[in-house]
Amino acid sequence: MAAEQDIPDEPESGAGAKVAPRIVPVTTELGPVRASITSGQPANAFVEYLLRLSDDRLVLGHRLSEWCGHAPILEEDIALANIALDLIGQANAFYTIAAAAEGNGKTADDYAYFRDDVAFRNVMLVELPKGDFGVTIARLFLFSALQVPFLKALQGCSHAEVAGVAAKSYKESVYHLRHSAEWVLKLGDGTAESHARVQAAFDQLWPYHTELFWQDGVDAAVQGQIGAPDLATLRAEWERTVQAVLSQATLTVPTSEWQPTGGRLGRHTEHLGHMLAEMQSVARAHPGASW
Amino acid sequence: MAVPRTREEVFEILTTVRDPEVPVLSVVDLGIIRDVALGDDFTEVTITPTYSGCPAMRTIEDEVLGALTRAGLPGPRVRMTFTPAWTTDWIGPEAREKLRAYGIAPPGPRAHDEGDVLVQILKRREPDVVACPYCGSRETELRSEFGPTACKSIRFCRACSQPFEQFKGI
Repeated sequence: MAAEQDIPDEPESGAGAKVAPRIVPVTTELGPVRASITSGQPANAFVEYLLRLSDDRLVLGHRLSEWCGHAPILEEDIALANIALDLIGQANAFYTIAAAAEGNGKTADDYAYFRDDVAFRNVMLVELPKGDFGVTIARLFLFSALQVPFLKALQGCSHAEVAGVAAKSYKESVYHLRHSAEWVLKLGDGTAESHARVQAAFDQLWPYHTELFWQDGVDAAVQGQIGAPDLATLRAEWERTVQAVLSQATLTVPTSEWQPTGGRLGRHTEHLGHMLAEMQSVARAHPGASW
Repeated sequence: MAVPRTREEVFEILTTVRDPEVPVLSVVDLGIIRDVALGDDFTEVTITPTYSGCPAMRTIEDEVLGALTRAGLPGPRVRMTFTPAWTTDWIGPEAREKLRAYGIAPPGPRAHDEGDVLVQILKRREPDVVACPYCGSRETELRSEFGPTACKSIRFCRACSQPFEQFKGI
């Protein structure tokens, strides 16, 4: 895929046109890629790629952490908080590699707390409100079903630090997939109420799954540079997992004509801004604070 | 006590640093100390986290630095690495026995070694046979794979009606 075809020079239209940063072509050692200069985003495909990995994890980790003290049972409260911690830890590790690659003194905290929503590169799936327990479980399952094969492949890439974080994260993702899939089975094959709720959750989230596989020149550049996996090659395994688990859970795999994308380029739902406002408030009220 | 001169002596000092969450184990027992490098003006200890988000890492780092400083080692510093990824295989037999005596079942099989994840899920995995660290009964069941800390799961012993933790295989 050529970067030129996939990243528009100008925001297309609508509300995004007012806030979206100016996009200018730049050239890096990874070949021509484009990145905005006005949003403070890096003009480097490798950094951009790491931010996509990290932002998915930070945002989903934060959404899961919203259950702390509110989950249906104590064990699940603890489980969701632990998974959130894993994901936020993985985000921190990938941000740290990005910061070193940028080499301008940034830290993981700068990425997490001092960027606005348009600078975030996560898929929209992870930023949607946590919903009920069914939505939370369905989302974690759809996400983890890709992370297991993705991280398994990424641990074989040629960048030692990325491979190391991937290897660690892969082992954690197996637990996340197992846990979320077991809940899908319990809820889907449970009571009429739990079945209806988790089916509704999959129906609601389904349009957003397409974006998990969205790629552009940034991905292509990094895949060429360090041997990161092509997401298209992982799709069959993801589908196999999702179809097998939903089928055993007596659930229907939804379909959707509407398949929104744009999160990887900073075009998000309104929910991300609200989430970041809360998540970033303390760091922004006390910039530079440490404890 | 003389200032330590060798890597072995530094490892010996680090056996006094306890894991804040599992104080029966030292950071050496836990297998998270990956290397010690000694120079004329520096002492560098390389640590790897058990889990990506382990909240005890900062405390462990501070305590390692404190132990090195108290021993009079020059230029103490800690380096963090993710490679190779920590595994419960690095918890040795003696440390496993310490865990058991403390009331924590030692680590079971590693989840990612148990074959295809999808197959595990669909077969609703055979429950692991884990002995209760209190009464030794094997009549125990998994309550949750996620326990009070990232590295432990919660189990329950049907024989002595005692909940207990197990180190998660990873």
